[in-house]
Amino acid sequence: MASSSLYGKGLRTLSIATVVAMAVSLVLVFFYVPLEAEQGFLQKIFYVHVPLAIVALCGFVLGGLLAIQHLRTRDPRWDMRSYVVIHMSLIFALATLITGSIWAKGSWGHWWVWSEPTLVSFLIIFLLYATYQPLRFAIEDPEQQARYASVFAITAGAFVPMNYIAVSLSTAYLHPRVLGSSNNLPASMGFTLMVSLVAMALLFATLCKYELTAKHARQQVRALRRQLSGEGADGTRRTRSAAPSLQGTLPQTAGRGAGA
Amino acid sequence: MAALQLERVARHYGEREALSDVSLTLQEGATLVVFGPNGAGKTTLLRVLATLLRPHAGTVAVLGAELPREAWAVRGRVGLLGHEPLLYRELTAQENLRFHARLHGVGEERVRELLEVLRLSARAAEPLRTLSRGLVQRVAVARAVLHDPELLLLDEPHSNLDPAAVELVAPLIGAASGRSRVICSHDPGGGLAEADLVLGLRGGRPALLRAAADVSVEEIGELYR
Amino acid sequence: MKPTVGTWRTVGALLRKELLVELRTLESVPGMSLFAVSTFVVFHFALNRSSIEGDTASGILWVTLLFASILGINRLFVADAEQGGFDGFLLAPVDRSAMFLAKVLTLVAYLVALELVAVPAFALLLLGAPLGPALGNLTVTLLLGDIGVAVIGTLVAALAVRTRARDLLGPLLALPLLVPIVIGGARATAPSLSAAHASGAAARWLLTLGLYDLLFGLIAYALFDFLLED
Repeated sequence: MASSSLYGKGLRTLSIATVVAMAVSLVLVFFYVPLEAEQGFLQKIFYVHVPLAIVALCGFVLGGLLAIQHLRTRDPRWDMRSYVVIHMSLIFALATLITGSIWAKGSWGHWWVWSEPTLVSFLIIFLLYATYQPLRFAIEDPEQQARYASVFAITAGAFVPMNYIAVSLSTAYLHPRVLGSSNNLPASMGFTLMVSLVAMALLFATLCKYELTAKHARQQVRALRRQLSGEGADGTRRTRSAAPSLQGTLPQTAGRGAGA
Repeated sequence: MAALQLERVARHYGEREALSDVSLTLQEGATLVVFGPNGAGKTTLLRVLATLLRPHAGTVAVLGAELPREAWAVRGRVGLLGHEPLLYRELTAQENLRFHARLHGVGEERVRELLEVLRLSARAAEPLRTLSRGLVQRVAVARAVLHDPELLLLDEPHSNLDPAAVELVAPLIGAASGRSRVICSHDPGGGLAEADLVLGLRGGRPALLRAAADVSVEEIGELYR
Repeated sequence: MKPTVGTWRTVGALLRKELLVELRTLESVPGMSLFAVSTFVVFHFALNRSSIEGDTASGILWVTLLFASILGINRLFVADAEQGGFDGFLLAPVDRSAMFLAKVLTLVAYLVALELVAVPAFALLLLGAPLGPALGNLTVTLLLGDIGVAVIGTLVAALAVRTRARDLLGPLLALPLLVPIVIGGARATAPSLSAAHASGAAARWLLTLGLYDLLFGLIAYALFDFLLED
């Protein structure tokens, strides 16, 4: 099991692809796409805000799907993936809220508007997922922690679309939706948005991969260190942590079972 | 058919090994006594056998059924008497036992029968929180054998019981009951006397595994050093 | 291999036990009801209003009921966790989902009991519109809402009970998850709680509640087993 290269594989290619995509999208946003008539320069934040929102939402749902895999296979690596994806989506969600707020201030003069379903849904979703880490941290047994976190991730993942529907129904549209069937986005804007979306998705994937690789490496080092210093002492409790443990999936060197 | 067949069973708690490399065979009707200091893995072992915990490695066969896959075939045939009585303090002995009887598909007469045998009838209608620990332990014994299990898992069963009570429960959970038993004990002398097979655990690992006849009380004492 | 005792029988046994314990300890329902009535009093002073109707009335009723429910949710599994109820149940040859069903039904029962006290109290203390005509709409909406709260409440309570900060984590998890219930419920009852009793288009909100109940009922039912085992 070549797990040492499992997470690091392709990281460089992915990073380069991300940088390229981001560069292209920036060029498009600043030089290609025309200035929007009503909102002016500030409107360009739309090309950051909307991709952030879409990627974050997909990330949360993906976190739920990864959690389903974890419950099905009991392999802690799925839990690790789910954890990292949700973690990253939460950061993207915060960014969505901030950019959305800036856009709201620029367009409607208020730092917060209840009339924008995306912004409101995100606030609720943010509040929900903000409890993910405290929940994990509050459970000491790593296996139980992973299991409970997965249950949460699946429930919350299903909640994301449900919440969006409920909130949309309850808000009165005050301004035209930019991504809907009644969408009259000129071709240049649509294209730029697509490119920005791809760039954002690549960024998300790269950051997740970085985090997975780093965590994996750190755990391997810890495992090796413990092996070098003799068998894991039974009195020592590792410090409580919200992060998943990969116990059982790390490569074992021969002689471990043979006793100290 | 062996009552228990364990092969290199392991269970970890995060990065710590709670149990590792435990292998043994227990014949039907025989008694296994497990010794070891606190934290050695005795309770973990009991809970694995009770199907409350899944083994992380190795194979476990209880009453012929392999865990965790065939856990359903085991539930209802095993009785657990742990540190906690597993009873609701606000309910009476009768209500508690009736509840467990319903969960196990056992009839009411059995509840009445056990209350009589354990001399609990007089106080069966009082909430458990008004009873002494010794009486509560007796109700717990009743709960453990309510469904007539083939295998008994006992964690220091005589704690809180006075000698008279120990005699009362003997036909139900003692050697005379005819059931296969696994007992966790802190009493080398008494424990050894009851055992057919002795397992000494230290740090989750088997430090001693031998027929009771070949073990001395001193050796058991060594485990705790 | 299947469990040897039928699921509904098990649910029955569990329900009996739950209601018996509640009757003996009176921990949940009286507390929830008292909390609701006190909250109405607080609202009177906080809003400086003696009578409210429409959206405001609907909102205050639903929020109060929601927070009162949290009290019940917090206590739902405590007796089991502290007195070894999980182990006792897990050792029995029964379908684990029976516990989920029993707890949801228990919570619905508590909520209905709560509402039997809170709604009349609300009508008495704060509501500026007649309660009679609104009763039909209110009953249906509350029932649908109760199911949703019970389903999410049971799941969240089971999640929180084995953690360290259980009284804090429970509400933090439950509140965002229950926002759609508040949306659907409050919007559905607002028109009927106004003096100019309008029977608005409540259908779409009831549908939202129904969809929510179904979706999370299924999800919670499927996931609950994973919270029980070790």
